Amino acid sequence: MKKTLHRRDVVNHILHQRGDLLVVAGLGAPAWDVTAAGDHPLSFPLWGAMGGAAMIGLGLALAQPKRKVLVVTGDGEMLMGLGSLAVIGSHKPRNLSIVVLDNEQYGETGMQDTVTASGVDLAGIAKSAGFTMTMSIKTKSELSLLKNQIYKESKTTSGPLFAQVKVDPEKLPLVLPPREGAYLKNRFRIALLGTQVALA
Amino acid sequence: MASNRLIINSFAEIKKGVNLKISSKDKSVHWSKPVHKLFQEHDIEQVAIVPDAGHADLIHLCEADKKMSVIRLTSEEQGVSLLGGAWLGGKKGVLLMQSSGVGNCINMLSLSTSCQFPLLILVTMRGDHAEFNPSQVPMGDATETVLAAMGVLVRRADTHEDVVQEVSGALRMTYNTFRPMAVLIGQKVIGAKDFRKLTHTGSE
Repeated sequence: MKKTLHRRDVVNHILHQRGDLLVVAGLGAPAWDVTAAGDHPLSFPLWGAMGGAAMIGLGLALAQPKRKVLVVTGDGEMLMGLGSLAVIGSHKPRNLSIVVLDNEQYGETGMQDTVTASGVDLAGIAKSAGFTMTMSIKTKSELSLLKNQIYKESKTTSGPLFAQVKVDPEKLPLVLPPREGAYLKNRFRIALLGTQVALA
Repeated sequence: MASNRLIINSFAEIKKGVNLKISSKDKSVHWSKPVHKLFQEHDIEQVAIVPDAGHADLIHLCEADKKMSVIRLTSEEQGVSLLGGAWLGGKKGVLLMQSSGVGNCINMLSLSTSCQFPLLILVTMRGDHAEFNPSQVPMGDATETVLAAMGVLVRRADTHEDVVQEVSGALRMTYNTFRPMAVLIGQKVIGAKDFRKLTHTGSE
C-alpha cells in the first residue's frame, strides 16, 4: 500500500534548518502548517488574499534576487490564482519556488472537493506556463529531492520551481500565526531589511 | 496597437462639433513623461500592468528604463499582491490598469488595507466622459465607489497637469502614510474611443 505524505511532515521537513529562506504561506491550512513548523519573522502567513500567495512570492523574489523565496500554499488557493503561474512563467525568477500542498479539498470550509480531485494537473499547468522545473511529489524520497532544489543557490538553479505535493486530506488542529497584517509585514521587513525600515 | 490610434478629442468635439483624429501618443505625451520622471525620483522598480491605450506611452517609457521591471499581469488583482510582496522585500512599485480592472481587485485590496501596504494604482477611465461603449459604463461609473469602499484613497485627474500633480502627491502620500491610493485619469484627458470610426478606417 502506498504511504501518503502528511502535510505537517512535508512542511516540517522543508522548513527544518531553513536558514535565511523567505516564506509566504497561503491562507488556511498552509499558514497553520508553516506556523506549526515554528513561527518565524521571515514567514509571511496570509489570513486572506486568496489567490494572491504566488504573486506576493513573485514581487518578493524580484525585489530580493539574491534570496531564495518559497511560497507554500494549498490547491484551492493556487487554483484561484492560476493566471499568476503564467505571469511567473513569463518572468522566470530563478529564486522562486512554489509548493502546493494538494489534498484535493477545501479544508477550511468542510472538505469539499477541489478540481484537482478530478485530475486537474497543477504541475502540468505550471510546466505549460513556463516554469523551468516542475515536480509531482508523492513519496518521501521525492520530497528530499524537492528540498534540495528549494535551497539550491539561485546561480545554480534553473528556477522558477513548481511542486505539487499530494498530501493526506486530514483535519489537523489549527496552529495560528499572529493575526495582524501590519505586524506581520513590519516584522518581516525588519528581519529582512533591518530596524531602520521601521524608523525612516 | 492599431486600435489605439483613433481617439476623439472630447473638448474639440464639443467646441467644434467635429471629431479630430488624435493618436494616443499625442494625447498622453503631456503627462506620461513627467509621471515617468516621478517614478524615477521615487525609486519605482516594479511597474505592474494590464495595458490600456491611455497608459501606452508611460508603459513604453518604463519598458525602456533599465531600473524598472514591467510585469505583465493576466488580471489586475495580481498587481495588488505582487506589489505587497515587493514592499515586503523593500522595493516600490506602481500598478497601471483600466477602470474595468478595478472590479477584479476588490477582495485582493483587503491585503493592502489589512497589512497597511503602500500601493499606488493609476487607473485610466472608461465609462466616463463621452463613452461610446455601453458595457464600459457600469464598472466605470462604479470605479470610485468600489475603491473607496475597500479603503483606497481616491484622487481624480481631468487635465494633464492634474495627472502629474495627483501622481506626485499620491506617491508621497502612499509611501509615507501606508495607505493604498488610486489616481483616476479621466476620459477628458485620454480621450474616448469611437468604434464606428474604427470600422470606417479599416485596419486603423
